[in-house]
Amino acid sequence: MKERLVQLEVMRYDPEGDTEPHFQRYEVMCKDEWVVLDALNAIKESLDPTLAYRWSCHMAVCGSCGMMINGEPKLSCHAFLRDYPGVIRVEPLANFPIERDLVTVADDFIDKLKRVKPYLIPKEKKTLAEGEYKQTPAQLMKYRQFSMCINCMLCYAACPEYALQPKFLGPAAITLAHRYNQDSRDGGRDERQEVIATNEGVWECSFVGACSEVCPKAVDPAGALQQVKVASTLDWFKEHLLPGGSPK
Amino acid sequence: MEIVNVDVAIVGAGGAGLRAAIALAQTDPMLRIALISKVYPMRSHTCAAEGGAAGVIKADDSFDMHFDDTVGGGDWLSDQDCVEYFVKEAPKELTQLEHWGCPWNREADGSVAVRPFGGMKKQRTWFAADKSGFHILHTLFQTTLQFESIQRFDEYFALDLLVDEGRCQGLTAMEMRSGMVKQFNAKAVIIAGGGAGRIFPFSTNGAIKTGDGMALAYRAGVPLKDMEFVQYHPTGLPNTGSLLTEACRGEGGVLLNKDGRRYLQDYGMGPETPMGKPQLKTMELGPRDRVSQAYWHELQKGNTVSTQWGECVMLDMRHLGEKVINERLPLVRELAIAYLGVDIVTDAVPIRPVVHYMMGGISTNTQAATTLPGLFAAGECACVSLNGANRLGSNSLVELLVFGKSAALSAIAHLRTQPPPNTAALEARAKASQARIRELFSRTDGTESMSGLRKEMMDTMEKNVGIYRTEAGLQEAVAKIHELRQRYQKVVLNDKSNVFNTDLFQVLELGSMLDCASALTVGALARKESRGAHQRLDYVQRDDQNYLRHSMAHFQGLALPTVDYLDVVITKSPPGVRDYSGDHK
Repeated sequence: MKERLVQLEVMRYDPEGDTEPHFQRYEVMCKDEWVVLDALNAIKESLDPTLAYRWSCHMAVCGSCGMMINGEPKLSCHAFLRDYPGVIRVEPLANFPIERDLVTVADDFIDKLKRVKPYLIPKEKKTLAEGEYKQTPAQLMKYRQFSMCINCMLCYAACPEYALQPKFLGPAAITLAHRYNQDSRDGGRDERQEVIATNEGVWECSFVGACSEVCPKAVDPAGALQQVKVASTLDWFKEHLLPGGSPK
Repeated sequence: MEIVNVDVAIVGAGGAGLRAAIALAQTDPMLRIALISKVYPMRSHTCAAEGGAAGVIKADDSFDMHFDDTVGGGDWLSDQDCVEYFVKEAPKELTQLEHWGCPWNREADGSVAVRPFGGMKKQRTWFAADKSGFHILHTLFQTTLQFESIQRFDEYFALDLLVDEGRCQGLTAMEMRSGMVKQFNAKAVIIAGGGAGRIFPFSTNGAIKTGDGMALAYRAGVPLKDMEFVQYHPTGLPNTGSLLTEACRGEGGVLLNKDGRRYLQDYGMGPETPMGKPQLKTMELGPRDRVSQAYWHELQKGNTVSTQWGECVMLDMRHLGEKVINERLPLVRELAIAYLGVDIVTDAVPIRPVVHYMMGGISTNTQAATTLPGLFAAGECACVSLNGANRLGSNSLVELLVFGKSAALSAIAHLRTQPPPNTAALEARAKASQARIRELFSRTDGTESMSGLRKEMMDTMEKNVGIYRTEAGLQEAVAKIHELRQRYQKVVLNDKSNVFNTDLFQVLELGSMLDCASALTVGALARKESRGAHQRLDYVQRDDQNYLRHSMAHFQGLALPTVDYLDVVITKSPPGVRDYSGDHK
């Protein structure tokens, strides 16, 4: 297995000692097939045990290890050293406050997830004894892609609107609402519309599409938001222009 | 010290902890529930489970058949009353998840689809592509968000249980972002902290799987049961150890040695079945212990393939075709391409067995109660004795649900009978816990490095406590782990800061892992037989006369743990022969 000496510039910030963040340079031997997370682990194990970052699964599914790598939001377990020939600059995810080093404060994102009511609000009640709700493969495919979000927050780090307007619900939260709205078993769309079809919700999005570009799971939040906009516009027309008013 | 008063505290917010929290909130909306975890719930390792969850649903299946598969798969070390309860609850829990929105794969008519899995006689594994654990975890997490009574303490590291008057009455935990230790007074505590696979260097387990929940209970005097049984998953990526689900074989993937031979037929799992037509409970659908052991034998015979990542065998799924692979195994394809550069559509992928799951854990009964009143446990950290000596794939995700709920209901029954706590006594115990952490910060005579000790531990486990074990190797492992536990008393904390101090957490995690490794190695040395995942080269037979019993490891401070035994509960299936030769007898 080939190895090479990799240079990393890692952002450090200790809120108890530093007035502002600064970069620290490390040089560490890495195998060619490693990811940036492996390099950070090698640094932590042999060079600097004080370096702080989150990680767990090392297979791009737990969503812990999002960071800015050479300025782009990435899962560090899915950022391959072979794609970074020069010095690798590693920073905490953009648009979130820094808690320490590469660890960001995630409270805002967690609060927003909760606000969109991301759980099934059944269209019709059913007891367990009555068995499962029927859902055809085609009905499943309508929302499946939007259910793949691992909550890694890369889309928030990439989103220019979220950077400007922190009240914006953001790509992942709106996509999750849309996932339940599109589920044939669900009847909670009206409740969620009150949260997402608002100026802090989907109308804040200017459809730059950066969220979908950085999504490591191909969830396509930009596509989801576009669908929400179209559906919300239709709601408006139905409510205001059709005879009889609201279809609700 | 800040005191948080709740009715029930749950440690761990993966599948079992979340299921317990929902059951508590639904059963009694007035309960105050603290859900405490060192990671955000969706980071919990349940997310990495791929293949699916077993529950009888199809007309040609029965509870008895699921029972027989589980008991035989566990080499008769499962408690049969537990298995009987489990198989009946399983479909209810999986249907419940469906009602909560889990995106299970479907048949054309809209009913839930099932797939074949190793060691199962019928198709009964519910699945959501090959991201079943991920969807279960997120469905549960999202469902909890509608209950105001579930108060989450995300990124809190549990330190010690508070035990007074013979009852568990809470715990201490550190808020990771501030370093503050808080005291949680609770009438009942549920541990759902996951397994300890990270005591081995080559593991499918995420970094967080360090046995903290097991160690919490063990140090409070609760025995760890059957810790010597460690499951190797037969098909891990040889470099990262990432899991390639058993569903690869369930869908028809085959295992080949360097000569292209489907070698499982040479280890009691033959004769060969036709390519692309997987037959249940034989060949590639044998149980994990047998399939992993076959790899070891192939290695001894020189039949493995030498790769840059070491000795491997090949998992061939090319004949499944791109459509089936994309529909049913998308994550497997993605992982193999990303981390190994192999597209399973066009090439066979090198794999080797990898540490995956702990059958053992905190000793609990079918109600998820431990021997310590007020303390309950569920999930991989617990040993309710469902899995015996070898867990069948797709039983563990259901175990989280069934026994997570049991733990909640048992906790409610318990807390209704409790007298008020002696608050002064609890406070004193919490202070002692805080002092233990402060000592790490003020220690000046430290000589040992955390990463050095951890490496020695992992090397010892890998060398001596693998798929096949010997007396000499296990003696070496017991002695080494014992030595490391002494040296751990002099471990150095390099980082003395308060905010998100990962050096501190790794030191604490190492302490948990060493305690688990100690119980594991002592249990393995004491079990002089071969059963399920515990294979001894010097005691090759199963010995029902002496070892149809659960080992119980008891914590003894810095001394070696003591081991005694508990009889296995047999209700209707006397120990028999495990037969994976298909229909070709």
